[in-house]
Amino acid sequence: MKPPAFTYHAPESLDEALGVLAEVGEDGKVLAGGQSLVPILNMRLAAPAHLVDINRVAGLSTVDTNDTSVTVGATARHTDVELDDAAYGVQPLLRQALRLVAHPVIRNRGTTVGSLAHADPAGEMTAVLALTRGSVRITSGSGSRNVDATDFFVGPLECCLRAGEMVESATFPAFPAGTGSAFIEVARRHGDYALCGVAAAVTVLDGAVSAARAAYISVGPTPLLVDLTDAVAGGAVSGGAVSGADWAAAGRLAQSQVSPEADIHSTASYRRHLVGVLTARALAEAAAAAAPTHSLPLRRSG
Amino acid sequence: MTQIFGEPITRREDARLTTGRGRFLDDLGRHALAAAFVRSPHAHARVREIDVTAPLDVEGLIGIYTYDDLDGPLAEPLPLLIPHPTLTAGRTAYPLANGIVRHVGEPIAMVVATDRYVAEDVAGLIEVTYEPLPPVVGLTASRDGDLLVHDDLPDNVAAHLMQQTGDVDAELAAAPNTVTFTQTIERSASMPLEGRGVYARWDAQDDSLRVYSSTQTSTSVRAAIAAKLELSPGKVEVIAPDVGGGFGVKIVHPWPEELLIPWAARLLDREVKWVEDRREHFISSAHERGQIQDITAGYDDEGRLLALDVRIWHDHGAYTPYGIIVPIITSTQLLGPYKPRAYRCAIDSMYTNTVIVTPYRGAGRPQGCFAMERTMDRIADALGLDRAVVRERNLIQPDEFPYDQGLTFQDGRPLIYDSGDYPESLRMIRELVGWDDFETVRSQAAAEGRTVGIGMACYVEGTGVGPYEGGHVQVENSGRVLVSTGLTSQGQGHETVFAQIVAQELGVPLDDVVVTTGDTRRFGYAVGTFASRAAVMSGNAVALAARNVRAKALRIAADALECSVDDLDIIDGVVQVKGDPSAAMALSTVAVLSNPLRYAFDNAARAATQFAPRADPLRAPVDEDDEPGLENRDYYSPIRSTFASGMHSAVVEIDRDTCETKILRYAVVHDCGNLINPMIVEGQIHGGVAQGVGGALYEVMHYDEHGQLLNASFMDFLMPYATEIPHIETAHLQTPSPLNPLGIKGAGEAGVIPGSACLASAIEDALGVRISAMPVSPSDLFELLATDPERTRRGSR
Amino acid sequence: MSEQHRSVTLTVNGRTHQFDVPVRRLLSDAIRHDVGLTGTHVGCEHGVCGACTVLMDGRPVRSCLLFAVSADGAAITTVEGLAAADGTRHPVQQAFTECHALQCGFCTPGFLTTIAAALEDNSHPSEEQAEEIISGNLCRCTGYQNIKAAVLRAAELKRAAG
Repeated sequence: MKPPAFTYHAPESLDEALGVLAEVGEDGKVLAGGQSLVPILNMRLAAPAHLVDINRVAGLSTVDTNDTSVTVGATARHTDVELDDAAYGVQPLLRQALRLVAHPVIRNRGTTVGSLAHADPAGEMTAVLALTRGSVRITSGSGSRNVDATDFFVGPLECCLRAGEMVESATFPAFPAGTGSAFIEVARRHGDYALCGVAAAVTVLDGAVSAARAAYISVGPTPLLVDLTDAVAGGAVSGGAVSGADWAAAGRLAQSQVSPEADIHSTASYRRHLVGVLTARALAEAAAAAAPTHSLPLRRSG
Repeated sequence: MTQIFGEPITRREDARLTTGRGRFLDDLGRHALAAAFVRSPHAHARVREIDVTAPLDVEGLIGIYTYDDLDGPLAEPLPLLIPHPTLTAGRTAYPLANGIVRHVGEPIAMVVATDRYVAEDVAGLIEVTYEPLPPVVGLTASRDGDLLVHDDLPDNVAAHLMQQTGDVDAELAAAPNTVTFTQTIERSASMPLEGRGVYARWDAQDDSLRVYSSTQTSTSVRAAIAAKLELSPGKVEVIAPDVGGGFGVKIVHPWPEELLIPWAARLLDREVKWVEDRREHFISSAHERGQIQDITAGYDDEGRLLALDVRIWHDHGAYTPYGIIVPIITSTQLLGPYKPRAYRCAIDSMYTNTVIVTPYRGAGRPQGCFAMERTMDRIADALGLDRAVVRERNLIQPDEFPYDQGLTFQDGRPLIYDSGDYPESLRMIRELVGWDDFETVRSQAAAEGRTVGIGMACYVEGTGVGPYEGGHVQVENSGRVLVSTGLTSQGQGHETVFAQIVAQELGVPLDDVVVTTGDTRRFGYAVGTFASRAAVMSGNAVALAARNVRAKALRIAADALECSVDDLDIIDGVVQVKGDPSAAMALSTVAVLSNPLRYAFDNAARAATQFAPRADPLRAPVDEDDEPGLENRDYYSPIRSTFASGMHSAVVEIDRDTCETKILRYAVVHDCGNLINPMIVEGQIHGGVAQGVGGALYEVMHYDEHGQLLNASFMDFLMPYATEIPHIETAHLQTPSPLNPLGIKGAGEAGVIPGSACLASAIEDALGVRISAMPVSPSDLFELLATDPERTRRGSR
Repeated sequence: MSEQHRSVTLTVNGRTHQFDVPVRRLLSDAIRHDVGLTGTHVGCEHGVCGACTVLMDGRPVRSCLLFAVSADGAAITTVEGLAAADGTRHPVQQAFTECHALQCGFCTPGFLTTIAAALEDNSHPSEEQAEEIISGNLCRCTGYQNIKAAVLRAAELKRAAG
């Protein structure tokens, strides 16, 4: 399973990269982490004439955190984002989701921005971008534009990038104060693509649930964002436990919104069923995390 | 003398394998040309035209070959190994497709190029014109017979075989109770981490061929190559290098590539190597396990099995190059440790337009175990009896050995169990897993809102099947002991285990013994590594050879030391008079003395002259019935197979909401007679259990209705990681085999045999829902629970 | 028409190698054939089995999912580079032998590099952490029991060596 031949470019500056991309247009693919692209090439499922390796472009591997958001550069590795404590402090959902992305060795090379651009309906980070109301910065030789998550994911394995463009960075805003988050998924084996995954954010104000939202993977062509507040608003939260919030109702509401498909690993009805189950679990976990002292220890797994 | 046999000695192989100095197939032949194949993308099609013009200019292309380039025996269909009287409709493929292809992956053209990248480029540019034909996919379609895999076989049946003992119909008619049910097992595959590979070198100076193949049987590959390339076997050497796992798939021979690569090497007078990639392995090696089973059992009110009538349809894929050994094994091993009064097993081995089916660890036993053990569960359920109690009531008792089941086993010999203690195994597994107290565990879990269940499965495994294996033991002048055997190794630790045997028999330090396996240059007569036979066969063979060497050494030493053979012992490589260590000579010296030469080449030879007996003019230097050298070659050929056995029990927890199954405990009781190296035996069990778990919960070959294999990669064919395999608890029982000098039985396949049966039993126990199809995924369980069929009535669950 | 080639410089196990490769040459193939170290094995070429895992600048990566040209300039450690300069085996290599954590040995190099790197970050892994460390590599022979034990034993040996 050897890849087909291509012309290789390794620009060292963003300008150079954009120049090459403009030149090669539709015939070129950006190579960042390669953990999704290289298997596709090895299996000869695609044969781009040009590969533009952006790993040597200066300044793209940063993880920048301020009070309100985390911005991840195009070549920042999943592992680097996962281990970044400042990023975790502002947006804990990043680490919660990244722990579930493939295996640590894949995360050592794969990039968060790359996985967003790959737009796999089962990609955890797409749900994170959606739920945090994040955006990507798309850059080409003619300038940059910011695109919200809702507009970025177009279909399965398809994002709105045009020929000559690349995603320069992705920004994940923090949640409002008093919000806890969780990411739960069911996969066949540890590290596999999820059969169904849920990113959840629950905001608790004055001891009561004031907002609940979730984003889903593997149950539609793109990550699906659902506002579940109506189903659960008012549930009382105290000591990390929630009473009176009907998480199951939230699960049913979510189930009515998704359009899962069947594949060799799962029926559509099982996926839909998981949406209900995982919504309830994720919301409960997120609500418990809304307590100010909650923190997720750094996973030391090498 | 330190005890070596029976000790958990760490392996000699590990020194090179842990430091990256293994020599696997692709590590050899650095400068060889590379081969790749055009393989059929259709499950069934006529090949109308092969147009090779497009890639002719590709830099690095050496040659493109199709069926039309083959001649002589190579242009004939591949051999059908293991013929059987019932295999009246055996079919094999051509090495390269001859006008028709019958499964996705069947090879059509071979490309030879300077490297694999280029070879794949060329293969991708070759244009083949197909006329697609409707494919037969799955057993139901094959059975229906509307579409045919082979035009001349109107019912898609390769063989119809039957094993029976007693009068099943009469017993069923008279039985107080009967139960009838259908169940299925899906395909999985051996899936070793290293795929197949062949590397060939032709020597034009002396018209000889050396072939390395990642195979489980170098001697048989040699025979096949010699026949097909019309070479004398003496001019063909085949070596199995380090092999990265086999599990059965590498016993098939000759693969088309095992013939085509040497053929190309000779044709081109260049070294040629083929190393398959993972996708090729999925679509052109072999699969196994797929069966539909219709079972009817008659039993009495105590749960004793009176009659068992089994009808099986076995999916054999597109061709039957390895014969029908898998269904034969299912039909005989199905009986397990039990003695039903009457038994009949009728199997139709069916063709489908899918990858061929050949043995995968267990080789039909897992399916047989599934049939019998689930029958036991059904009987227990119907009578409201404990599943262990029902089994207990059906077990062959220790005083009934040797027990003749009245059938013919896969080696063509009577199925007679030689030894075992099944009641003791059952007692041990019940104790190990806490079977009798499980209701307490269950209620405690229920109080915590958790759903748990327990299952059990028992098996008997015929091992050490003949016809023979051989061993050669030679003491060199240096004192090093060289051991070789023709069968091969794929990780079983043969270099260690056979060294242990010889070191023990001969009385030498383990470190002095060096073992070679799988090399026809060193040992030419062998059968191969499969059917849990290596330790039994080659182990006994090297033991016999070592004993002969020991006897000769003592004779020579006795002569030189002027004492009786009975006065001597060999300890740590020194032959010495018992009780008088000063009267001694090193075994190396004995080796020198064993070869009466005029010339003393080295110090060892010169030093030995002091012991050389004065020449007796009335005796020849080498006796009529003797040979020079301290070596011996001997063979072990068993009267019949020896029967290992075991019982597994698993405790599972099912997440009621997600329907995921977690294995909380997995317990194994295992009896393989005397143990040569307990650490290695346990390793074999662990590996087998992992494959059993894989087959029960994760692994299935997903073919669509067009015959496309949808999950031909590790992403979608779900082999378990460490996180999917529970901690495995083992207990050993040793009932020695009376059939061979070492008293050992095989251990290679045991771990996998009862996996599906055991876990199906546990999941069913947890949920109260019938499990009749394996593997079972969370999605499958969800759908089962949702539709709520055949819900069992078992207490408050 | 000839393929595009590039010159690549890799420091593998402390020795620098420079060679020309077609730009599509995978790092796994470059290590095995251009550098000539065949200890790194290829099991799937789609990143799942882990047999090809090497350390790149200290971090385990799948060499089958990297082009050699992308690794230009990097410091690579393969299984051949785990032993000390005087030939003393790395604690994880020792532990694998003691614990019978390998059978055919094909997946082993990928486990060894992954575990060696993990023990640099975590000198005292728990059983759960040991399982997590090996959870991304496939083995078909051992059933993982002894590999898990070897992680803990390797950590023990490494701590004892100081």
